[in-house]
Amino acid sequence: MSAAAEAPSLIGTSGDSLREAFGKALSALADEFPKVVLLDADIAGGTGAHHFRKSHPGRFLQFGIAEQNMMAAAGGLSAVGLLPVVTTFAVFCLRAVEQARLSIAYCRRNAKIVASHPGLDVGPDGGSAQALEDIAAFRAIPGMTVISPADPVETALATRAILEFDGPVYMRTGRSPAKRLFGERHTFEIGKGRIMRGGSDLTIVACGVEVARALDAAELLADEGVSARVVNMATIKPVDAEMLARCALETGAIVTAEDHNIYGGLGGAVAESLAQSRPCPIEFVGVRDMFGASGEPDELAAHFGLDAAHIAQAARRVLTRKVNS
Amino acid sequence: MAIMALKERRAELPIATRTVVEQLADAANFMRRHVIASVYHAGSGHPGGALSCSDILACLYGAELNVWPSAIADPDRDRFVMSKGHAAPALYAAAARYGFCDARAALNLRKLGSPFQGHPHVGDLPFVESSTGSLGQGFSVALGMAMGLKLQNRTARVYTLLGDGELQEGEVWEAAMCAAHHKLGNLCAIVDYNKLQSDNRNDAIMRIEPLAAKWRAFDWMVMEIDGHDIAQILSAFRRAGATADRPSILIAHTIKGKGVPYMENVPHWHGSVKLTREQTEEALAALGATQDETRELLDVGSR
Repeated sequence: MSAAAEAPSLIGTSGDSLREAFGKALSALADEFPKVVLLDADIAGGTGAHHFRKSHPGRFLQFGIAEQNMMAAAGGLSAVGLLPVVTTFAVFCLRAVEQARLSIAYCRRNAKIVASHPGLDVGPDGGSAQALEDIAAFRAIPGMTVISPADPVETALATRAILEFDGPVYMRTGRSPAKRLFGERHTFEIGKGRIMRGGSDLTIVACGVEVARALDAAELLADEGVSARVVNMATIKPVDAEMLARCALETGAIVTAEDHNIYGGLGGAVAESLAQSRPCPIEFVGVRDMFGASGEPDELAAHFGLDAAHIAQAARRVLTRKVNS
Repeated sequence: MAIMALKERRAELPIATRTVVEQLADAANFMRRHVIASVYHAGSGHPGGALSCSDILACLYGAELNVWPSAIADPDRDRFVMSKGHAAPALYAAAARYGFCDARAALNLRKLGSPFQGHPHVGDLPFVESSTGSLGQGFSVALGMAMGLKLQNRTARVYTLLGDGELQEGEVWEAAMCAAHHKLGNLCAIVDYNKLQSDNRNDAIMRIEPLAAKWRAFDWMVMEIDGHDIAQILSAFRRAGATADRPSILIAHTIKGKGVPYMENVPHWHGSVKLTREQTEEALAALGATQDETRELLDVGSR
C-alpha cells in the first residue's frame, strides 16, 4: 500500500493546520509503530499532540513546562529502545537546542522533534513567539535532518516518513489553517524536492507555508509573461542538491522563499549548495534579520515581505541580474 | 535472561562483608592512580572531581550495577550515566578496572584519534551510556531511561552521578520535579558533594544549601552519606533499591582531590590542569603505587 493511500482523511479543500494534520497522523500511525512515545510540555492542545493523548494515553508522557529536561530525556527514552517524538512550539525548541545537540544528535539517538508554531504563521501571539531562527539552529547540528512540509497531506506523509527514518529529525508543522496543495496520490520522500509547477525563466524554491504563496506568485508572473518554476523543498537538510543544480542549469536564476530569517534557513541551504555546483543569481524571500510582530499571518506576510507580491518582486529582481550577468 | 538470574542471586548476598569493602577500596585506589596517570599523559584534565567520586564509582561498577562487559547491550542491564562528564577519567578508570576497556588504552586520554575523549562519548565507547559534558543533561537522560524502562516493565535500574556545582543548572530541578511526579523508583542519583567547583567554593559561587532539604521538598528519598565510606555507600544503594515509589538521591560528602594531599580541597585541581612528572609521582606515591606500577603507568602506559 502506498503511503499516499494511508494518509488520514483529515482535510477538506483547505482550512486544516499542519499541527492538526501531524497529530491525527501520529495517532493513526501509533499502532503500526508501537515503540512511539510522545513527549509534551503542557501544550498538547496546541501542537496536535492531543489526538495522540486521547488515542494512546499510556504512551503520552507529560513533562510540564520544562523543555530542556524533555529534550534530553528523549535521548534517554531512545537509548532504552523507544521511539520518542518530542512536541512543543518551535520557539521552545530553540530553548533546548543544546539538549538536542548533545543528548540526541551527538549520541545518534533515533528521536524526532516536531515543532508547531514556527515563523510569522504564529500570528497574533507576536514577536516573542515567532521562531524565525529554528531552521538555522537545527540545520547546523551534525546529523540532524530538517523538514518543513507544505500542506496537511504532506505533513501526514512526512510524519510516517520520519518514523520510518532512522535518525534524529527536526520537523516544522504550522499553526494556522493551511491551503491544501496535494491530492490523495501525493507521495513524500525525505531529501527530495518536488517541482510543483513547470517554468523556464527562473525557479522559486520554497518550503512550508511559502510554497502556496510561491504558486500564487508564479500566477502573477505568468500574467506578465514570466515563466516561473516552483519547487517545494520540504527537506531543508539534506537539501536536494541535484534538483537545485538542474533548476539552476535550466532556468538560470533562483528565488528562495521561507517563513524564517533569510540567514541560515532554506535560502542559506540553497545558496551553499548552488555555490558549489552551479552558481547563479539568487534572491532571498524571508524575514530580513528582524523579529516578528503581532498580526494575522496574511497581514504579517505582506508586512514583512513574504507574500506572493513580494516573491514576484524578488523574481523580477533576479531576472534583471540574470540578464546583466 | 542472564541479568535477571544474577539479580535474584545477588539479593541473597550480604550487603558488605569486610572483604568486599576492602576489594572496593582497593579498586577505588587503583582508579585514582589511573586517573592521575591519564591526566599526566593528557597534559590536561579534571583530576580533583575524578578523585572525589572514585569510591562511588567503585561501588557502582564493583557491586551495585547489574552490568558487565559481556552484557553491555542487554536490555535488562542497569544503566549508569556520568552526568558530571568532566570526571571522565574516573569513569574510564572504573571501566578499565572492571574489564569494560583495556587499562593501558584508557591512559590515552584526550588525544586525537583516542576514544577516551575529554568527556565521555557513547559513539566512541560501548560502556558509555550517554554522551555527557554539558551539565544537567545526563540527569535528564537518566530520567528518560528510567521512564522508558518502567514503561516497558523492565526491572533494570538507572544511576546517575552529578557534581555539586552541576546543581546550579536549572535543568537539574526540572528533572528533579519530573522524576518525583512520575514516581521513578528505578532512578537513583548521587551527588558528589565535594563543596568546590571550577572557580571557587560552591557557597562563594552560588550557594546550593540547604541541599538535603531541597531534595526532600522535591519529594525524593534523601540519604546523606560519607562518599568515601564504602559500607555507607553500599547500604545507601540497598535502601535506594528498596524504595519503589519515588526516586532516591545519595548526597555523598566527599573531598575534592581525595587521596592526593596537595590536591585535597584545593579548587585549582578542578581542571583543566597539567601535571608535572614530579607532581604525578608524588600523587601516585600518596595513592600507594609501587615503583614498578609508577613506571608502568608513566613510561609504558603512554604508548
